[in-house]
Amino acid sequence: MTQVRVLAGTHKGGFVLTSDASREKWEISEPHFAGWDVYHMKGSPADPNRLYASQNTGWFGQIIQRSDDGGATWQAVGNDFTYATEPGTHLWYDGTPRPWEFKRIWHLEPSATDPDVVYAGAEDAALFRSADGGATWTELTGLRTHTTAASWQPGAGGMCLHTIILQEPRIYVAISAAGTFRSDDEGQTWQPVNHGLVSEGIPDTDAEVGHCVHHVEAHPSKPDTLFMQKHWDVMRSDDGGLSWTEVSGNLPTDFGFPIAVHPHEAETIYVVPITSDSLHYPPDGRLSVYRSRSGGNEWERLTRGLPQQDCYVNVYRDAMAVDTLDDAGIYFGTTGGQVYASADSGDTWAPIARDLPAVLSVEVQVID
Amino acid sequence: MSDVRVVLPAHLKNLARVHGEVVVAVPAGDGMPLTQRAVLDAVEERFPMLRGTIRDRATGKRRAFIRFYACERDLSNDAPEAPLPGDVAELIASGREPFMVVGAMAGG
Repeated sequence: MTQVRVLAGTHKGGFVLTSDASREKWEISEPHFAGWDVYHMKGSPADPNRLYASQNTGWFGQIIQRSDDGGATWQAVGNDFTYATEPGTHLWYDGTPRPWEFKRIWHLEPSATDPDVVYAGAEDAALFRSADGGATWTELTGLRTHTTAASWQPGAGGMCLHTIILQEPRIYVAISAAGTFRSDDEGQTWQPVNHGLVSEGIPDTDAEVGHCVHHVEAHPSKPDTLFMQKHWDVMRSDDGGLSWTEVSGNLPTDFGFPIAVHPHEAETIYVVPITSDSLHYPPDGRLSVYRSRSGGNEWERLTRGLPQQDCYVNVYRDAMAVDTLDDAGIYFGTTGGQVYASADSGDTWAPIARDLPAVLSVEVQVID
Repeated sequence: MSDVRVVLPAHLKNLARVHGEVVVAVPAGDGMPLTQRAVLDAVEERFPMLRGTIRDRATGKRRAFIRFYACERDLSNDAPEAPLPGDVAELIASGREPFMVVGAMAGG
């Protein structure tokens, strides 16, 4: 029987939510890694019972957990994320140089083909790779030592590598607030791919690097088409990131964090507009997902089942995901601890969890 | 060798899958002084999943929000390789007092 499994990383632990294909009735696990920030949990496409989780606190640092049974049991694996070469400096908030310092793993991206291969995006920004199920990690140093790296600067959440898109040998990553980078040689060398981005908050508004990219997604059937939610602006690229055009169109505000692509329609995309960079909640206290079926510019507001008054939650960058069932499921989690799901491509929504800790990330798996 | 009692904070006990105090064998005695570093090395040797949670992986320094107490004294800022004060070392090495790893008090 088909099972749907939602992995929710929260401010106080990780939760596994399960349902059958109807996605009407959900069971919520006890918290895993209770009391810790779980920035991200993600399953291997090659082995859905192989899960990885990033667990951390300011007290005890970074732990990586691995499950080989779909989240029933976990074991701590390697957590040595020492930078492989002498850490250089990046710019601090005040514009002064500051040495790279590892803080946490924001995102784990398992390989599509090998369950033992997984990539990890770090703060301060760096990309690590494991080929032994997380036991050991090797930094792909070409990114952190890029010629522009000394000019990178943290976003408000830290200088985090939060997005990893694997199209091996091509890899895309996104860093706040440096921008999007592309490697065509499995992460050995990198080029910034930010042409067309315009950011009012930096001195040179169309600089090669320095943009606060919040999230990037691509549909597997159109790998050169990328969709981006930037600090402000929703963007798309049709040439592998070499150039970007704005597709914010009729959105009420183009500030936000996540962006998602429909699993079966490569030009159907979703965002959650947030009022502004200083007001991290939905406009007018009404939580809405916006869907474009034209790859941007023309957006429709989706509200059925979502709170339409007195709602002041945020939706973080990694907290939106899609499943692969024929009737596509769309999911997102909020800082208020709700996880909302739609089993009809976003037409209607219902909470599948109401009272979790603040949700940091949402991923979903379909297990046949 | 000395059998040293170590008290871990709740989160690290969960991570190490232990309850209550742990006892680790620390190379000390017979002229070899007992140090904080030797105690922590022994803890990490027995519980590898705790590596990086008490001391920074890259620098080996105590993490900012971790404290080390023993015998009602705060040893956190003592040099990790320095011999523990004689009375403290004797009480810990004899098992009469534990070495305590403590998460600094803070909300959240």
